[in-house]
Order: sequence, then C-alpha cells, then structure tokens
Amino acid sequence: MYTFSSKLKSVAIGLMILGAIGVAYGFMTSHKDFSEVETMLASESHHGDGHGEAASHHETSQGDAHAAEDTHAVTGGHDGHAEVDEHTKHVNHVMHAMHKRPWAALYVAAFFFFMIALGVLAFYAVQYAAQAGWSPLLLRVMEGITAYMLPGALIVLGIAIASGVIGHYGLFVWMDPDVVAHDKLIQGKAGWLNITWFGVRGLIFIAGWYLYRHFSRKFSIAQDNADDNKNFKKNFRISAAFLVFFLYTESMMSWDWIMSVDPHWFSTLFGWYVLAGMMVCGITVIAMITIYLKSKDLLPKVNDSHIHDLAKFMFGFSIFWTYLWFSQFMLIWYSNIPEEVTYFVTRFQDYQLPFLGMVAMNFVFPLLVLMNSDYKRIPWFVIMAGIVILCGHYIDIFNMIMPATVGDQWYIGIPEISSILLFAGLFIFIVFTALTKAPLEPKRNPFIKESEHFHY
Amino acid sequence: MEASKVIHAIYTDDDVLMAAVKKVKSAHHHIEEIYTPFPVHGLDKAMGLAPTRIAIASFMYGCVGLTVAIVMMNFIMIQDWPQNIGGKPSFSYIENMPAFVPIMFELTVFFAAHLMVITFYLRSRMWPFKKAENPDPRTTDDHFLMEIAVHGNETELSDLLKETGAVEINLIDKAH
Repeated sequence: MYTFSSKLKSVAIGLMILGAIGVAYGFMTSHKDFSEVETMLASESHHGDGHGEAASHHETSQGDAHAAEDTHAVTGGHDGHAEVDEHTKHVNHVMHAMHKRPWAALYVAAFFFFMIALGVLAFYAVQYAAQAGWSPLLLRVMEGITAYMLPGALIVLGIAIASGVIGHYGLFVWMDPDVVAHDKLIQGKAGWLNITWFGVRGLIFIAGWYLYRHFSRKFSIAQDNADDNKNFKKNFRISAAFLVFFLYTESMMSWDWIMSVDPHWFSTLFGWYVLAGMMVCGITVIAMITIYLKSKDLLPKVNDSHIHDLAKFMFGFSIFWTYLWFSQFMLIWYSNIPEEVTYFVTRFQDYQLPFLGMVAMNFVFPLLVLMNSDYKRIPWFVIMAGIVILCGHYIDIFNMIMPATVGDQWYIGIPEISSILLFAGLFIFIVFTALTKAPLEPKRNPFIKESEHFHY
Repeated sequence: MEASKVIHAIYTDDDVLMAAVKKVKSAHHHIEEIYTPFPVHGLDKAMGLAPTRIAIASFMYGCVGLTVAIVMMNFIMIQDWPQNIGGKPSFSYIENMPAFVPIMFELTVFFAAHLMVITFYLRSRMWPFKKAENPDPRTTDDHFLMEIAVHGNETELSDLLKETGAVEINLIDKAH
C-alpha cells in the first residue's frame, strides 16, 4: 500500500492555497470600470511600452488601433458623434476582455487537468479492451489518475455554466440573450447551444464516464482477491462498451466545452484533435507518476521497458496530435474561406508566439528527443520531455479558449499561473489520495506475470 | 588467417541452440556463423554481435529527403517561376510552406525507407543473382547450424558440442 507522504501533501495544499489567492486576486483586479480602462488605454497609446500587465506587442497593437482611430477622428471628422461611438465601442470591448480574463484563465487550467484524467481513462480502457500484456503493472497508477476525472469534469462544467449565470457570459457568448437576439447564426444553433441542454448534456457525459470508471475500478480491485477471472472479463466488456460511448461523448464534449467559445466557427476534426492532446497529456502523466513512484521504490517490478513503452506512446501520440493540428490548420489555410479562416487569423495576429511555439514544444521537441530508443529508457529524460509536452499542451488549450474570450488582452500572468497552481494542487491531492486506497500492484490480473517479465 | 577447417554442429531446437551458444562462448571458442530458419530472439546478444546502426542511417537519409524536398520546391515554386496560382502566396518559402508539407513529409519517408533498405541489401550482400551461401539446406526448414573454427582442437571441440546437445557434428574442410 502506498502512503501519501506528508511532504507531497503539504506541497499539494500549498499549491491550492497559493493558487486560490492568485485566482481571487485575478477576479478582484479584473473589474475595472469604463473610465479606468479609458485612462489606461490613453496612457498606453501615449507612453508606449512599460505598462505592467500587457506584453509589449499588445500595447503597440492597441496603440496602433488607437492611433488609427485618432487619425480617423481628425481626417474624417465630419461626424463627431460617430467618433465618440467608435471610441466607446473600443473601450467597452477592451473592458469586457479584461473582465473575462480571470474566467478564461480558470477555465483553461481546469480543462487542462480534467483532460489529463479523461485521457488516462480512455487509455486505461484501451489497455483492457486490447488485453495488453505489458501494462497491468501500471493499471493502478492509471486508476489513481482517473480519480480526478469526476471532480475535474464537474469543475469544468461548473465554471462553464457559472461564467454564464453569474459571470456576465465570461466564456460563452451564446449564453448571452442579448448577443443571441442580434445574431442570426447563433439563433440557428440555439437548439443545441442553450444553457439547459448544455448542462444536461454535460451531466450525461460525466455520468457515463464516471460509471465506467467506478465499475472498472471496482472489478479491478475485486479481481485481486477473486479465484477466477470473472471480474477481468467484466472489465473487458465494459471497457469495450465505454470506448464506443467515449468516442461519441468526447467529440460532443469538445464541441460544447471548447469549440462553442467561437460559436461562429466549426471544424469537423476538432473532436479528434482534442482527443489527441488529451491522450498525449494522459500518457505523459502516467509516465511521470510511474517514474516518481518507482523512484520511491514503490513499483519495484516496473522496469525500464515499461518506461520505454510509455515514452513510445508519448512520441507516437505527439506526432498524431501534430498530424491533426496540421490537418485542421492546412485545410482551412488552403481553402481560405472567410467564415472559417478568421479562427486562424486571430490566432496568427494576436497569438503568434504561443501558436507557433506550441508546435515546436508539442512536435519538434518530442520528435527529436524521444526518437532515440536508448533515451526513452532514461527516467530523467522522459520527465524532461514530459514537462515540455505538458507545457505545450497547456498552451494548446490556451490557444483554443483565449482568442475567443480575451482576444488581444491575453498574457500569462497572475490569473493564469495561479489557476494552474490551484488545479495542479487539487490534481496531486486527489490522485495521490486515490493511490493510497488500493495496493499499487494488481494481484490476480491474468496478464500480471507477462507484465512483470515484460521486456522490450 | 581464416581457419581452413570448421566444425558444423547441427541442432534441432532454438532453446538448445541458445544454451549451446552461451556454453561455446564461455569456453572461448570463436563462433564464425549461425544459420537458423527463423529469427531467434536474443541470439545476437548471446553471440555478442554489435547492435545495428541502420536506424541512424535511416534518420540521416530522412534528413536528406527533407532537404531535397525543401530545396526543390523553393527553387521551383519560389525562385524560378513564382506564379500566382489560385492566390497562394509565393513571395517566400515560409508563406507558402503549409502547401509544401505533404511533399516534404512524403519525400522524407521515401528517402528514409528506400535508402535504408538499399543500405541493408548492400551491407548484407544480397542481390538477385547472388549465389546462396547456405551450408546445409535443412537450416532453412527446421535445423540450426553453428559453424566454429578449428585450430587443431577437433576432439576437444566436438566433445564440448556433443555435451551441448548437437544432433550432428561434421568436420568440414573449407580449403578446396
């Protein structure tokens, strides 16, 4: 049995407290009113750089926009009223983006940690359905990680709905009746995109995933003390059924929870794209926690071939993610249909560094680092690659949510980092608590002997 | 100097063969060659063969393929005749890069795969009209053959090989 070391527990609680303070600070400081934003914008356009929050290139772009407006005011000054309107609209736009930032920051981090747990759940089901012989030694680690799935999913759904109900439609504009009233396109989608149905759908997805996780865990533990393989067979069957359910609900979840932040935009392979990111992160976290537990001598039978296999999956799914990322990007770039391409235009203009940087972190880095077979067996090498992959996929989620919510007002500052810390603490706390609940090695799994002698 | 006399020890089971290889190695005899009808897992390790470097060669061939693709399309599409084809930006390579990626990918794979296979053929000396080097046709079906050089120690060696479970031991004079 694993005991949650008090040191790690205090790290987790410390992260949560630190994160909660930062998130609270983010919410308190974001509520700037109209005149504050106006003076801020004015001073930015006059002084240029050096203003705390926003990164320099945003300031210049804002400054440019402002300057353009000023010249517009001078040259085309035949209608004084229009200029004032333009100005008010601009300030209002910036103000709303600033109000949305702490919500978006919280949502990105919540989704990131939730998707790790859901990715692991899918990978776990694949291990059963494929009757994998190498992985049974790692099943308990995976079960520990999937313990975060239920609270994580409820938090994501909770934030999504709260951002509409109490947060002045901070994340999803289609939740705002005012916006919908003036938007024919969203009106046409209102049959799918309405808060009630959104919430009900979310709960159905979560219930289905949770039921699988609950019973699979139950059968897995029952198998330890059984004298036949009945529980294993049940697990095989429900895993196969879950994978069917999962592929449908995961797609719909990605439309609901991520794609609908841009309700005018759609992409058919979006669900697969989110799935690929989910799997990479999940497998990376399995590898990291396995290496951590092995370094504490808690998984003595796990050998470097298991690590090698996990690293191969990290490598393979990183490339799969890139394949889908590029397929989505290239098809839209190539045909350049205005209604689709705006999605990438905003990302290229306002998010150039994260948008392209993430491709380097999620593709080029794992490609070159994890290609060598010997390196995949070295624990610290896998950990280092894993950290880069996880950071890269956080930025991936960031790139999906932020352009639609805060637009060019983005920055990775206190609200974003605090949200990561908050959910990282919660994740560590829940996962490692779940790991203490059952022996780390399944005892009577039919493939456990094969797994113990697994050698590549 | 290559030994003019060799012993061919024949086995009928790959596990027996593996044990025999370990025994012969520990008695410090040089194994010239082993003929098997199928790959025997771990045989190369037991014989102490150096690991293959063909994956490294393949990686480098892949890099060559990528370079060929980039240079070729940069010359054709950007340098030589930068036409406007359907509004695609042909001002610089990077601007039109996404359209070239499928070709870059395929040529990388093409070079990596084909040149690696050719390397394999060259290094293992295989070609269509090559004379087969098989010392005993049974080794392509269900027998395993170990070839050991003899330096005047025939009796000692054949005793050792008998102990290891060889079903047949033949002394072959190679100097024709």
